[in-house]
Amino acid sequence: MTMTKRSIYSFISARDKVMKAIFAFAALFSVLALITITVFLFAGGLPFIFSHGDTFWGVVWDVHSELYGIMSMAVATLFVTALSVIMGVTVGLFTAICLYKFCPKKAVAPISHLINLLAGIPSVIYGLFGMVVIVPFIRDYVSPNGVGYGILSASIVLAVMILPTVVSVSLDAMRAVPKNYFEGALALGATKEQATFKVLIPSAKSGIFAGAVLATGRALGETMAVIMVIGNSPEMPNSLFQSVRTLTANIALGATEMTGDAATALIACGVVLFVFTLIINLTFALVGKNGKDKKGAVREKSNKSKNK
Amino acid sequence: MKNQTKAKINKGFYSSLKISSYICCGIALTALVGVILFVMIRGTGHISLQLLFGDPKDGDTILPAFLGTLRLVAVSILLAVPLGIFTAVFLVEYMRGKGKLVRLIRLTVETLAAIPSIVYGLFGYLVFVVALSWGYSMWGGGITLAVMILPTIVRSTEESLLSVPDSYREGALALGASKVRTIFKVTLPSASSGIVTSVVLAVGRVVSESAVLILTVGMVVNKIPAALTEPGTSLALDIYYFANFGKPDEAAATAVVLLLFVLALNLLAALCGKLIRKKYGDNA
Repeated sequence: MTMTKRSIYSFISARDKVMKAIFAFAALFSVLALITITVFLFAGGLPFIFSHGDTFWGVVWDVHSELYGIMSMAVATLFVTALSVIMGVTVGLFTAICLYKFCPKKAVAPISHLINLLAGIPSVIYGLFGMVVIVPFIRDYVSPNGVGYGILSASIVLAVMILPTVVSVSLDAMRAVPKNYFEGALALGATKEQATFKVLIPSAKSGIFAGAVLATGRALGETMAVIMVIGNSPEMPNSLFQSVRTLTANIALGATEMTGDAATALIACGVVLFVFTLIINLTFALVGKNGKDKKGAVREKSNKSKNK
Repeated sequence: MKNQTKAKINKGFYSSLKISSYICCGIALTALVGVILFVMIRGTGHISLQLLFGDPKDGDTILPAFLGTLRLVAVSILLAVPLGIFTAVFLVEYMRGKGKLVRLIRLTVETLAAIPSIVYGLFGYLVFVVALSWGYSMWGGGITLAVMILPTIVRSTEESLLSVPDSYREGALALGASKVRTIFKVTLPSASSGIVTSVVLAVGRVVSESAVLILTVGMVVNKIPAALTEPGTSLALDIYYFANFGKPDEAAATAVVLLLFVLALNLLAALCGKLIRKKYGDNA
C-alpha cells in the first residue's frame, strides 16, 4: 500500500519535471526559429552583398545583363512607406479623435467594432480594390501622363490598409489618458476643442507615435497589395505617377524564376528588408519603453484619484 | 479688443481642427466600407457553381484553393497552438514573467512579430524548398505560417494567463493538485476565452496570407493537390492569380468568398469568447 502511494508520488513529480522540460523547449523554439531565420538569410545574402558591393548598391536592376542594383527599389520602398504613413496616420489620428470626443456616443461602439473587423481584411483584397478602382481613377482623372500604376496609387492603398491599426492604437492611447486632465483643461476655461488638441493629444502622444511606428512596419513589409498597384518597373522614382518597384515586390516577383545569381540577389534584398524592419522594431521598443513608463505613472495617478 | 480677436481666431483654429476630424472620419469610413462594398457588388454576381465546386478541367475553379487553405490552416494551427500556449505557460507559470531568459524570449517574440511576411516567405523557401529540397509543398507553407503566427498566440495567451487571479492557482495547489495538474485543470481553462479568441484570429491571418505562400507553396492553381507534399494554392493566392492574369471578375468573386470566410471567423471568435466566459466566469 505504502509502496504504491510512493510510486504514484514519484510518478507525479517525474511527470511534472517532464512537462516543465516540454514547456521550456516550446519557449526556446521561438528563439531557435529566429536564429534559423537570421542565419539562413544572412548566410544566403551577405556573401553576395560583399562580393557584388559596387553593383548591389547601384540603381540598375537588370537580370539579363546580370546587374542587381537595389538602390532604386530601396528608395521606392521608403518613398511609398513615407507617403502612405503620412496619409494613413493623419486620417487615422483625426478619425480616432473624432470617435473619442466629437462623435455621438451611440455611434462609437459600432464604428470601432467595424474598424477592428476591417483590420482583418486580407491585403490581396486591398490590392484588388486598388487595381480595379484606384488605378483607373488616377489614370483617368488625376495623372498628368496617363499612368495609373505607381507611387500614388500604392500609397493610397497602403494608407487605407493601415488605417484600422492607426485608429485602434490611437484610441487606446487616448483612453489611457486620465479623464481629469481633460476636465482640468475645461475648468480652466478651454473649449472642448482646445482641451482635446492641446491637452489630450499631447498626453497621448507616445502611444500615438507607437501606433505610427507599427503602421510604418506594416506598410514597409506589405507585398501583395503593393505588387498589384505599383507597376513594378525597377526604375528610380522621380514622379508620383511612374511605375516603380519596391523591395518586397521584387522578392515576390522574382520568386517564380529563382535561379543562380538572381536568386541570391533576391535573398540579399530580403536581408536589406530584414535590417530595415529591425531598425523600426528597435525604435518601437525604445518608444514603447518610454511610453510605458509614462503611462504607468499616469495610470497610478488615476487609480489613486479613483480611490479617493 | 486685440485680445478678443486673438481668442476668436484661436477658437476658430480649433473648431477648424474639429471639422477636419469629422472630415477625416468620413474619409476613413468611406474608404474602408467602400473596399467591402466594392468587393461585394463586383464579386457576388460572378460567383458560379463552376467557380466554387467545378472540376479544374472545365475551367477556373477555387475548389483546390479552398482545400489548400483548409490544409494550410490545419498544419499551421496544429503546430503553432501547442507551441505558443506552452511558451506562454513557461513564461508565466514557471518563470513568473521575470528574469533574463524571459526577457530574451519576449524580445525574440516581438522581433518575430515584426518581420515582414515576405521575409518569412524567403526563409521558408531557403529552408524547405532549397535546403531540405522538398520543392514547393503544403508542408513547407504550413510550417512557415506556423512560425509567423506563433508570436500572436504567445502574446495573447500570456495576457490571458496573467489575468487569471493567483488565488485560483493557490486554491488548486492547496487542495493537493500538482503544478502540471493546476495548469491544465485550472489555469488554462480559466484563460481559455482569450486563448480561443487568439487562435481564431491566427486562423484569420493564415487565411489572408499570400506573400509567404507564393515562395513556399508555389501557385499551382487549377489542380487539387493529392498530398501535403505537393505544391498548391490558397484562396488569397487565387485572388492574386486571377487579378494578375486579367480576370478581375473571378478575382472579385473569390474575394467575396474569402471575405465571408474572414467575417465568419471573426463572429466565431466573438461567439467562442462569450460561450467560454459564460462557462468559466468573467475573469478570463
